Amino acid sequence: MPNFVELWVYLSATPLFGLTATLITYVLAQAVYLRMHQAPWANPVLWSVSSIAAVLLLTGVPYPTYFAGAQFIHFLLGPAVVALGWPMWQRRAELRQRWGRLLIASVAGGSAASGSALALGWALDLPADVLLSLAPKSVTAPVAMGIAEKIGGIPALAAVFAVLTGLVGALSGKYLFAVLRLPYDSRGWGARGFALGTAAHGIGAARALQVNADAGAYAGLALGLQVVLASLLMPLLFRLLA
Amino acid sequence: MQGLRGLAWLLGLQSVGELLARGLSLPFPGPVVGMVLLLMALGWAPVAEAVAVCADFLLSHLSLLFVPVGVGVMTHLTLLSQYGGRMLLVIILSTWAGLAVTALVLFKLTSPPANNDAELR
Repeated sequence: MPNFVELWVYLSATPLFGLTATLITYVLAQAVYLRMHQAPWANPVLWSVSSIAAVLLLTGVPYPTYFAGAQFIHFLLGPAVVALGWPMWQRRAELRQRWGRLLIASVAGGSAASGSALALGWALDLPADVLLSLAPKSVTAPVAMGIAEKIGGIPALAAVFAVLTGLVGALSGKYLFAVLRLPYDSRGWGARGFALGTAAHGIGAARALQVNADAGAYAGLALGLQVVLASLLMPLLFRLLA
Repeated sequence: MQGLRGLAWLLGLQSVGELLARGLSLPFPGPVVGMVLLLMALGWAPVAEAVAVCADFLLSHLSLLFVPVGVGVMTHLTLLSQYGGRMLLVIILSTWAGLAVTALVLFKLTSPPANNDAELR
């Protein structure tokens, strides 16, 4: 019988490993999340990321080896960003009717998120390339990477910051909105969803979608708007500042 | 079959988006241009029918797609051990700022649905 270690070394080096590990871990984490009545702390992305990273670190499998398989899932982020046009299209009547206030909320929220990140990070003495990677953190990861690259940040770091931001939003949004005393009617749910989509992108929107249909629709709209606005305005703004 | 046709549309529009973004050196990432193109194309019924199935599937599992990038956190452990606490603080506080500002601004701007007169005040 071949040695278990040898088998592991073989399997962990094939792309099949990264792909399978990602899918199985996520499916399990999703099942636990549902079993825990979708409690924010049971977030499936949080547990998938931390358990996969822990296993890789413990077994000494390098990240590029894992990514060779996981890239097939990562690749779908591109078409998923294109697909964001679909929820926007479905809500086009609402968008046409309320585009003014939605645009104001989107710009205000996006500026508050990245402005406060830059100011705080600067006050805490973070290095410049880390700061520039923090700036696009409220935009969905693939777009945040593109923006970071354009303004002089580190794309890989920007992606990690974006994922962490999404998790913070999904984990704590519920409590923050309770502190803000938002009501539980369609107006309150709309504001919650739009805020999650704006400040916590896809991970926040996924959370909104699971909790309430109104919140989910607004989150999808906010996500799309934030992507367009941030990728248009941020490189322009930083070019003017530089 | 519709799902497959939808995926073909999404990938096709993403590719055209990449070409336009690179060729005209637009400030947008390719997929964002693809999204805008999709918004224009959705007026055509065959596109809408095909894309609906695929887009709903992709977007309902959106959070899975962030896992590979998220695991990349392990490659920045030295940076994290050096600045981790401060970076986390910045991320948490700025995310709350973004959430609160967006929610409050939209909430204040939206009139209560039952009272349409409020808009005239």
